[in-house]
Amino acid sequence: MNVLAGYITRPLKLLRGEILVLPGRTAVLLVCLLLLLFPVISQEPYILRVLILASIFAIFAASWDLLSGFTGQINFGHALFFGVAAYTAAILNRDLGWAPWATIPLGALAAVLAGLVVGIPCLRLRGTYLAFATLAFPLILVGVVYANIHNVTEGELGISYGIDPLSGSRVASYYIAIPSMIVLGFIMWKITDSKIGLIFHAIREDEVTVRASGINTTRYKLLAFCLSGLFAGIAGGLYAHFLKAAGPSTLELLLSFQVIIWAVFGGIATIYGPMAGVLILYPFTEFVLIRYLGRLSEKGPPISYLAELSEARLLIFACIVLIVLLFMPQGLTTWLRDKTEKVCPRCKLQNVAWRRKCRVCMAELR
Amino acid sequence: MLDFRFGQPVAENILIYGLVASGVYALLAVGFSLIFGVARIANLSHTAFYMLAAYLIYYFASSVGLNLYVSIILAVVIVTVLGTISYRLLIVRVRQHEATTLIVTIAMAVIIQEAILKGFGGQQQGVPKLISGSREIFGATVLNQQLLTLGVVIVLLVTTWGFLMKTKSGIAIRSIAQDREVANLMGIDVPRMEMLTMALSVGLAAIAGALVAPLAVLTPWMWTHPLVMILAVVVLGGLGSLKGSLIGALVLGFAETAVVFQWKEGAYLKASVALAIMLVVILIKPEGLFGVVFEEERG
Repeated sequence: MNVLAGYITRPLKLLRGEILVLPGRTAVLLVCLLLLLFPVISQEPYILRVLILASIFAIFAASWDLLSGFTGQINFGHALFFGVAAYTAAILNRDLGWAPWATIPLGALAAVLAGLVVGIPCLRLRGTYLAFATLAFPLILVGVVYANIHNVTEGELGISYGIDPLSGSRVASYYIAIPSMIVLGFIMWKITDSKIGLIFHAIREDEVTVRASGINTTRYKLLAFCLSGLFAGIAGGLYAHFLKAAGPSTLELLLSFQVIIWAVFGGIATIYGPMAGVLILYPFTEFVLIRYLGRLSEKGPPISYLAELSEARLLIFACIVLIVLLFMPQGLTTWLRDKTEKVCPRCKLQNVAWRRKCRVCMAELR
Repeated sequence: MLDFRFGQPVAENILIYGLVASGVYALLAVGFSLIFGVARIANLSHTAFYMLAAYLIYYFASSVGLNLYVSIILAVVIVTVLGTISYRLLIVRVRQHEATTLIVTIAMAVIIQEAILKGFGGQQQGVPKLISGSREIFGATVLNQQLLTLGVVIVLLVTTWGFLMKTKSGIAIRSIAQDREVANLMGIDVPRMEMLTMALSVGLAAIAGALVAPLAVLTPWMWTHPLVMILAVVVLGGLGSLKGSLIGALVLGFAETAVVFQWKEGAYLKASVALAIMLVVILIKPEGLFGVVFEEERG
């Protein structure tokens, strides 16, 4: 009986002691619950579509943060992982007829390999050189995709037929995408919270010192590339199956830039920041467009989706990002966190800003 | 970037078009490299300013009906002023945060792109040539406009080099690039010099736009390809090295042109080949051909 009671009270204790004490964590919990329960309120296909895409891009943005925000290896060609996974999943599904539950992990595996391909040569580069060199990879690939050798990649149009959908209905797809985002986001956050994350962080701050402490930074940097590729790859596979298409837009410069915009807007080196950035900016720009055109209907062929981003919403998007970053150069969530939370000087735990004493060690908070 | 004409011997074509493309890339890359070397700002809106200059020339010459020379001068002045203002109002505020600077400059480029899309539409536009006609040089047909472009590029590169090497401001700019703090201690007005560099850099981009406008098709997306190319050029040549930018531009400009003229799929693969060359070079020499290892980045 006591054991059973323990199973009930422990999560409750965890909830009270670890989540409700900080407004940021409470907000994350509320957003997760809201997203999970959203189909109860509305099953409008267009809104669900926007939220599914937002959750896929949230995974993608968080994976960029895992690599670039934490280890400081700024990746300008993050679309490579997304595109490689999307194309791999699409081709495996179209030509071999494998189901999405097999092609998405295989696509992610391909993205991990892409991570190695990018990571190994780029290990010798640092800073701006690294950023500009990583930019090259997806653009080289996009040229190959356009050249359409043996009609594998279908050139400019992309692979747009013969791909299985993610699931039978929009709501079911929603319940694949949203939990994936929550679970993967949590895993990434846990990774950055672990010893590996600490080393990633240290590499960004001072790589020489980390090496002097006897840590093989090369291995950890490669690990960061692979982990980031893995999560970005899952997002890419989900994207290909959800839209039933994989086009060159998944590799293009715009997507690489967009992921950085989302992440920096949200606040880098936090994981939740980039996810918040996508969940705020992506639906916002989508719905602004609807207002603009005055219609609420399914849009045209999915292939042109990212190309369509170049409409009025892009202008609004850029202006908002510009204005927000001028006032909060560290990003939105970092700014909010600094306003609402204080770090205990003794035990380094986070506390609500309006507490006098630390919630654990009772030290004075200044 | 440039529209290629076929129908004459391939080797001559590669030589002429390669030289023109290299010249334009060199002009853009030198400007980009300057502001990066001096102020550590990777200005990703660099080629957006180049596009803006081309469109302004189109606007003044075709819509307002001004003289072409007047339009070019007006466009270069307006773009330089706009670039300097955006530097003062936007970039300076966020420049301590490297990632934020990148995003702000991308956002600026996107805003320019969207403004052009709204103002001129997405269709292709053309600007009349400054001088018409063509001539035969060693059996190859060369447009006079191409010769003019090449000539102006060479004059500008020499002038920039002279400015940086011989004048007092040029020496001040180079000293800031070498060591910002000491330059400051020596009484150099660092913020003012950085603004001057930004104006110079954007001005070079605007002139490059003016040179390309008569030879190329204008679209609101014409900034991305040269941006990728100049990033490759400066990495290939070594960041912060003017000589490197020039040689990198020659290598990649010719590589791109050769691919376009030699292969059927060349137009698609031109960026891929150029970027692959850049990757090979930095694999062998991580700091680029003539890269300088900066004091704070050593390690």
